[in-house]
Amino acid sequence: MATTRHFFTFASPARFYALAGALIPWFWIAALVLGAAGLWIGFFQAPTDATQGDAYRIIFIHVPAAWMSMVLYLVMAFWAAIGWAFNARLASMVARALAPTGAMFTFCALWSGALWGKPTWGTWWVWDARLTSELILLFLYLGYMALVNAIDDTRRADQAGALLAVIGSVNVPIIYFSVKWWNTLHQGATISATAAPKMVASMLTAMLLMTLACWAYAFAVVFTRTRAIIVEREREAKWLNEGAAA
Amino acid sequence: MTSPPVFSTVLGRDLRLAARRRVDALLPLAFFAVAVSLFPLGVGPEPNTLRQISPGVLWVCALLAAMLSVTQLYANDQADGSLEQMLLAGGSAFSAGIAVALAKAVSHWLVTGLPLVLIAPLFGVMFDLSGRSIAALCASLALGTPILSLLGNVGAALTLGVRNGSVLLILLIVPLCIPALIFGSGAISAVESGSSARGHFSLLGALFIATGLLAPLATAAALRIAIE
Repeated sequence: MATTRHFFTFASPARFYALAGALIPWFWIAALVLGAAGLWIGFFQAPTDATQGDAYRIIFIHVPAAWMSMVLYLVMAFWAAIGWAFNARLASMVARALAPTGAMFTFCALWSGALWGKPTWGTWWVWDARLTSELILLFLYLGYMALVNAIDDTRRADQAGALLAVIGSVNVPIIYFSVKWWNTLHQGATISATAAPKMVASMLTAMLLMTLACWAYAFAVVFTRTRAIIVEREREAKWLNEGAAA
Repeated sequence: MTSPPVFSTVLGRDLRLAARRRVDALLPLAFFAVAVSLFPLGVGPEPNTLRQISPGVLWVCALLAAMLSVTQLYANDQADGSLEQMLLAGGSAFSAGIAVALAKAVSHWLVTGLPLVLIAPLFGVMFDLSGRSIAALCASLALGTPILSLLGNVGAALTLGVRNGSVLLILLIVPLCIPALIFGSGAISAVESGSSARGHFSLLGALFIATGLLAPLATAAALRIAIE
């Protein structure tokens, strides 16, 4: 019992508000330090690629952004479902706070992919499986945000958003594979996602550092946004007004 | 089990309402015809180009016709309170919701999907498709339009009483319809290029079964959220 209570302590918006406030600066520091280190190794230490030259270096932004875009969608669907099933207010708020960051990473992945595609494939955009499924992911994020913003009643908005997020997450693999089959049928451009045949250790290090930096950034931004949502929704709460007065 | 009466009652009522407002019921069909006719005007009357793009054009227009016609599926019933009565009629609100969702999906398909399947060969001829391709077009639309009705149903329930509901519905549901679009138009293209379309039809059938099982549940959940 004691551990259970301990575990759920931060499900209280008041506790979470304080914890997030204390953690946000550390996440920002981690994001900046890891990002600077990752970019320095990626841009100055990692060797130039034999086939793609220096253009491949965009991988250090592109791949972490693409990973984050997919993981954050599943995280969002998870918390939205928890908030719906258990009527946990904080989980719904976190889900709502995750969506813009996930959409931002999806957009970054598409944008950096376009910048990468131009020098290597000779085109900004191909209707290839990866690109199309990532674009659909962006639409799913936009749909979620549009739906929760269109419904004025927050409880209904959270529940409807959760249903949509769960449906969307079931559909993500379906979209991915169907577009893949579609592409092989239509003999699309054959593209290998990996830039080099095998990755040098310094490239891998840079990519991992950048991924961790993205995680830290995501935590910092999502916690900040969650705090804002808490202030907005709990503005009548006593603890919040006492805190502001103090 | 109290759901069969709810299902047949709602289905019969919706079909009777559609029969009394015939022009309303035929609007999606008119939209489909107008939208399809725009493509030869926009792309140019080159028969080879048209034949090549026709599977995609016909399917995209069918998808949009379904999405535009599905928006008002629950709106009137919610406005006059009959939706709540329907949900209260069954054993539990959820099982009644499933029955209502299924009835609405079936009636929507019978009123808008089935006429599309029947009129599609005409457009196939206008786009200079071969006989076998036209058969594939009808078969893929017959399998695919129920999927669109079922998924549109989820969107209609989710956006019930929401500002700009119809635009929002398209943003929400079109990404979910993409697999049906890909396999549906892919089947026609496969026949047109002389290869077998069996794989496409199998996957389309699998999609139909999966949406048939899951979409009414999602719709019932969405209705409960909306009515609460």
